[in-house]
Amino acid sequence: MADIVSLDALAGEVKSGMKIAVPADYCGVAMAATAAILAQQPQDLHLVCVPVTGMQGDMLIGAGLVGTIETSAVTLGEAGGAPRFIDGVRRGAFRLMDATCPAVHSGLIAAQKGVPFLPIRGIIGSDLLKTRTDWRIIDNPFAPDDPIVVVPAIQPDIALFHAPEADRFGNVRIGRRRELVTMAHAAKATLVTVERISETSLLKDENSAAGVLPALYVEKIAQAPRGAWPIGLWGEYPSDPAEIARYAAMARTPEGFAAYVDGFARRFAEAA
Amino acid sequence: MPTATAQDYSARELLIATVADLLDGIRHVAVGASSPIPAAGAMLLRARNELRGRERVRISILGSQEHNFFTNGGVELFDCAAQGRVDAFFLGGGQIDGQANINLVGTGHYPKTEVRWPGCFGSAFLYFVVPRVILFREEHSPRVFVDKVDYVSAAGTSEGVARRGGPYALLTGLALFSFDPARKRFTLKSVHRGVTAAEVRAQTGFDYDAAAEVPQTPAPDAATLELLRGRVTRELAETYPQFAESLRGERAAA
Repeated sequence: MADIVSLDALAGEVKSGMKIAVPADYCGVAMAATAAILAQQPQDLHLVCVPVTGMQGDMLIGAGLVGTIETSAVTLGEAGGAPRFIDGVRRGAFRLMDATCPAVHSGLIAAQKGVPFLPIRGIIGSDLLKTRTDWRIIDNPFAPDDPIVVVPAIQPDIALFHAPEADRFGNVRIGRRRELVTMAHAAKATLVTVERISETSLLKDENSAAGVLPALYVEKIAQAPRGAWPIGLWGEYPSDPAEIARYAAMARTPEGFAAYVDGFARRFAEAA
Repeated sequence: MPTATAQDYSARELLIATVADLLDGIRHVAVGASSPIPAAGAMLLRARNELRGRERVRISILGSQEHNFFTNGGVELFDCAAQGRVDAFFLGGGQIDGQANINLVGTGHYPKTEVRWPGCFGSAFLYFVVPRVILFREEHSPRVFVDKVDYVSAAGTSEGVARRGGPYALLTGLALFSFDPARKRFTLKSVHRGVTAAEVRAQTGFDYDAAAEVPQTPAPDAATLELLRGRVTRELAETYPQFAESLRGERAAA
């Protein structure tokens, strides 16, 4: 249960070939951990974006660590398209598993419940079904003439995110970002970086206990102040749009991307 | 009804006022985080309904902390829509075709698309479960409005499939269309100030129906403009500060 470790030790848990679930920018993205993962260079990762990604996914792609990406979108938001992702798509640099947001959630919820698949409305008629051959259309067993899509359970090896606070017992505050709970329930192991580690149990206060991921689901925690930067962290700090725009400009070329990554790692090292 | 300001509105103010009219009657609308014009239209409807003593309008702005009452994570919007609790939503597209299929993925042959856009997001689901989906795309050109999309992110119509949602209207920088799912066709309803029906035809890559005389999109009335320039611009500034600032700038320059 939940060891508190260094950022490098936490990043070391991400091994080649693993399926890694990461949240969208509004949920708490473990960017300091991403810098540490970039340094350790695990290969052929299968990235599951819950349900979309931005700079984190683009950086992992740019560093050549991603073998498969399963996502409903990749975008830098106001800073525009994700340059390394777009370049990789053009070159066929990774296996592309385009999805639609609620299907990603459904796959994780299926794993959370320990069932092999979940049905989901819509999708039929979309070209997604041509390439997502792991998604099927079945007949509703309870009603006639009702074809419905089923998506298989997604069980990540690791769920990785950044949160404001953990306690020394390994409980993590996730607030109302409930997809973090779903990710942790679905994954074999959960790695969390946090702004701070408190001495008092987060489960002590009944009024806020529902917003806590219990230590049972958490493998490793590392402290990483401003660990979501340059992406924001809910309730803590806003995103840094100038920095994301700087990334977007530099990452247009592989050389510019490499220069950005170099400086990025150093800036986190200096902050620690 | 005062008419003094009828000439005195910007192109974006017309779009916002038209969005508010298209949303009339709804109780809950969801808006993407990067969609200031749809959000402004929703806020305008909410403010107008309050003044007129009409039904309360709830607005969910995805990704916004202030305009987000969900407590069950990112899945709650989709669950809420699946339960029939979201009345309206907006979708765009890098390409939109005459059968209201939308493409948010890219051009050319998938997966190695020549131009790649972010991805489908929730479109393939929400298009089926939200009754009033408004297609909104400011750029009105043959490269956006194509005969057939290169990739169907979400299908405009379905047969033999459970579906209660779908395309309701298409609003662009030039014109407003309605959509008939039974005939799988758009009809040109109106053209915006200064635009002719012939220009719309020339800029649209798909075929559609139109009356011999196409009316002009109604100008926002004075009360609507007052609300939009006051309360709605202030509310917008909380979530879309740059957009609110540029609306104010347009007015100062006019």
